[in-house]
Amino acid sequence: MAHDILENSGFAADRKLNIVGTSPIKHDGWDKVTGAAKFSSDLILPGMLVGKILRSPHPHAVIKSIDTSEAEKLAGVKAVVTGADFPKIKEGTPYGDMTRMVMAQEKVYHEGHPVAAVAATSEAVAKKALKLIKVDYEVLPHVIDPVAAMQPDAPILHSYMRTKGATPNDPKVSADRPSNIVERYELGVGDVDAAFKEADVIVERTFDTKPMHQGYIEPQSCVATCSEEGEIELWCCTQAPFVYRDRLSEILKVDGSKIKVQQSELGGGFGGKTAFYAEPVAIQLARKARRPVKITFTRSEVFRGTGPVSGTQSRIKIGCKKDGTITAAEAELIFQTGPYSGSAFTNAPQAMFTRYDLKNVRTVSYEVVSNRPKVASFRAPCVPQVVFGVEGIMSELANKIGMDQIDFRRKNAMADGAKTIYAETFGKIGFIETLEAAKACDHYLSPVPKGQGRGISTGFWFNRGGETSSTLNVAPDGSVTITIGTADVAGSRISISMMVAEELGIPVDKVRAVLADTHQLGFNRVTAGSRTTFSQGVVLVDCARKVIKEMAGRAARIWNVPEEGVEFSNGSFRPAGANVGEFQPLTIADIAKKTTSTEGAIAARSDMNVTGAGPGFGCHIVDVAVDEETGAVEIKRYTVVEDAGKAIHPLQVEGQFQGGAVQGIGWALNEEYIFGEDGKMQNPGFLDYRMPVASDVPNIDTVIVEVPNPRHPFGLRGVGEVPVVPTMAAIANAIGNCIGVRPQSLPMSPPRMLQWIKERDAAK
Amino acid sequence: MKKHHITLNVNGDEYDALVEPQQSLLDVLRDKLMLTGTKEGCATGDCGACSVIVDGVLQCACLMLGVEAQGVHVETIEGMAQGSDLHPLQKAFLEFNGLQCGICTPGVLVAAKALLERNPDPTETEVRYWLAGNLCRCTGYDKLIQSVLIAAKEMRGA
Repeated sequence: MAHDILENSGFAADRKLNIVGTSPIKHDGWDKVTGAAKFSSDLILPGMLVGKILRSPHPHAVIKSIDTSEAEKLAGVKAVVTGADFPKIKEGTPYGDMTRMVMAQEKVYHEGHPVAAVAATSEAVAKKALKLIKVDYEVLPHVIDPVAAMQPDAPILHSYMRTKGATPNDPKVSADRPSNIVERYELGVGDVDAAFKEADVIVERTFDTKPMHQGYIEPQSCVATCSEEGEIELWCCTQAPFVYRDRLSEILKVDGSKIKVQQSELGGGFGGKTAFYAEPVAIQLARKARRPVKITFTRSEVFRGTGPVSGTQSRIKIGCKKDGTITAAEAELIFQTGPYSGSAFTNAPQAMFTRYDLKNVRTVSYEVVSNRPKVASFRAPCVPQVVFGVEGIMSELANKIGMDQIDFRRKNAMADGAKTIYAETFGKIGFIETLEAAKACDHYLSPVPKGQGRGISTGFWFNRGGETSSTLNVAPDGSVTITIGTADVAGSRISISMMVAEELGIPVDKVRAVLADTHQLGFNRVTAGSRTTFSQGVVLVDCARKVIKEMAGRAARIWNVPEEGVEFSNGSFRPAGANVGEFQPLTIADIAKKTTSTEGAIAARSDMNVTGAGPGFGCHIVDVAVDEETGAVEIKRYTVVEDAGKAIHPLQVEGQFQGGAVQGIGWALNEEYIFGEDGKMQNPGFLDYRMPVASDVPNIDTVIVEVPNPRHPFGLRGVGEVPVVPTMAAIANAIGNCIGVRPQSLPMSPPRMLQWIKERDAAK
Repeated sequence: MKKHHITLNVNGDEYDALVEPQQSLLDVLRDKLMLTGTKEGCATGDCGACSVIVDGVLQCACLMLGVEAQGVHVETIEGMAQGSDLHPLQKAFLEFNGLQCGICTPGVLVAAKALLERNPDPTETEVRYWLAGNLCRCTGYDKLIQSVLIAAKEMRGA
């Protein structure tokens, strides 16, 4: 179906806005400040059982046998499942791998990999039953470090795996032997070797980063029920209810029409709740026990069982002329993905240099399996890790040629119409405006305080659209319900309601957004990639326009004039001109009141694969102080400058900027998975996996740049991903300017800082 | 497993419950009394999502055994508003967007209330250190801290 709004959004820079751009209280806020909001673990059903999962103590082993007979005999145990209770799907296929990640079959691939589960009348009984399950393992050698996993003599996870994209020109990969390298991906443009010869200065460095966790405060929890007729209902915290349904249908071999997924309030996701873990297990237990089953992860299970981001190693080289023009860039990137593919690593070579208008680029990227929990998405998946390197080299080059940090980036900045190395041609973009705003902000204009170091970095994210299906219903009193199938990860319901209210010319309090279950709407893509407020804005403004058209028709028939004789403005329908006749304007509520006496329900739906997302760009400025005795880094001042296109709800936009930056501060300074020689995670709790607390960080200043995206009715771009992209690079650059050594490894935690300071002093 | 009978007062109401020896006050509140406003983020006292006030003292409900709660007075998020009249902290969090996903919010609000009862005029640094036991992954703390300072000012009538 053609959708005019995708080609002609109706965006007008001079449109007078009454609601968009203000910051009303979010409607779901009341329940959240009173404790009434229902998060995933808050649902209690009659007859509900407690499900618990038995996890592998080994990072890599063959499961020789599992004996569940003693557990099944324990009083209070109502069901036990193992990998044998899931439909057999070939390993090495997307659904075969997915089902094995949820519950191991032939082998376990990481410490914490589920091997069996029980449902019992109490948690104490369930835990006791887990201890009665006997698993006979044949322990295999394991490998976690991605560079080690690429070596020809590394333990092989999957004997069937052959590297996709292998080429005889690259000795690291071979299509002829088993390998842990899932894929080799090459992306580039121009003549890089010739272009490096034109450079006056070339910097080449190697960087590495460790896996970090999304760190949502709400552990995964779900409740599954199954009717006698085999209809499944699933309540869970998810960023992707429709994707869960479709994947459940595939791995459980149940019709999608018999699976209802209802999202709970979501207690943080950041990409980590785009894939299911306990949900299929709870369903299989519920089907077997014929009773509702709830599984709630402990924090240790969240760390050991759900996806941290990719650890990486990258070698990056950039050359420029004395006047600041970058002539060429090159990168070799390695991404650690856990037991199966899924890192979305191709984002990295596409995004790492994008914002600079480069004509000669060569990148080679590898995705590598290893014996750690499977990777899950996190804000701008795989991009911040490599921007950490790119922006370090950018700062070094600027220093070498004696150019201001922002001027150097401005000199190479992409402008409207720029073409990316992945063959997209940008429309209207705001990178230059973002850099100009950064250069003009108070932070950048202030001198660096004595004893501190300042760093800057920039970042880019594509922003996304995608499949979105929503409905809008007008009640006879003129109030409006919108039913949405995307997840609300941080307050999108209010922003979406605001756009609907603006379009209809009614107060935002007259609009209520409802989170739909999967029976109510068509397919909605995962809430990720900063797509939701953008896509829902397009789809629901389309719904609002359909409703306005419908109501205009009813006004025309009430007045007995032609439809084109009715116009809509400021929430009222009026005669389009004096020749139409004299009629009192009719408001939305006036016509809604006549719902039954005219033609019945006033409603609209819109189902689209939304296009036209506007790229997002940001620039971060940070001042740090380093305690050279302890190695501790203190963030003294931080400013986020980012193009939002249009800030629908400015307080929420600022919150995205601030939250992203502080997650990046954690990634920069502390957060990492620490594995022992035995392949077990040594810090699976918040005490030892230390995320930033309130006293670790200053206020985060924000500058919202607004270069409208003309493909959206109100000009918006996404704002969720970019705020974490530049953070670690900016902090590392600041540390470099403070201690004289720019770190090339994350996290920049006190023991490592002390080591670098020691090495610096030894080199003097 | 032998269960223990306890009686306790939560938000002014008397409750009794049969608790297993290993169950925490958090388990009692959520699973026995169905007061699910208090959240579990870690069950090891590291995240503060289960912050409650027990006999006037702020603590993590996950670090107190249910059997220890015999005879205590507990204040939870459910008791913070007086009917439909929100506490100034709750109002400030709504108005200044002190919350995003909302999972840490009950614990943060209870902890902030305990702070303002001891210190009605805290500095920003004091608020940051007092709330250092409450993890929030969404907000970056900025608007959360500002909301507490605004509520404190409001409560002082300043």
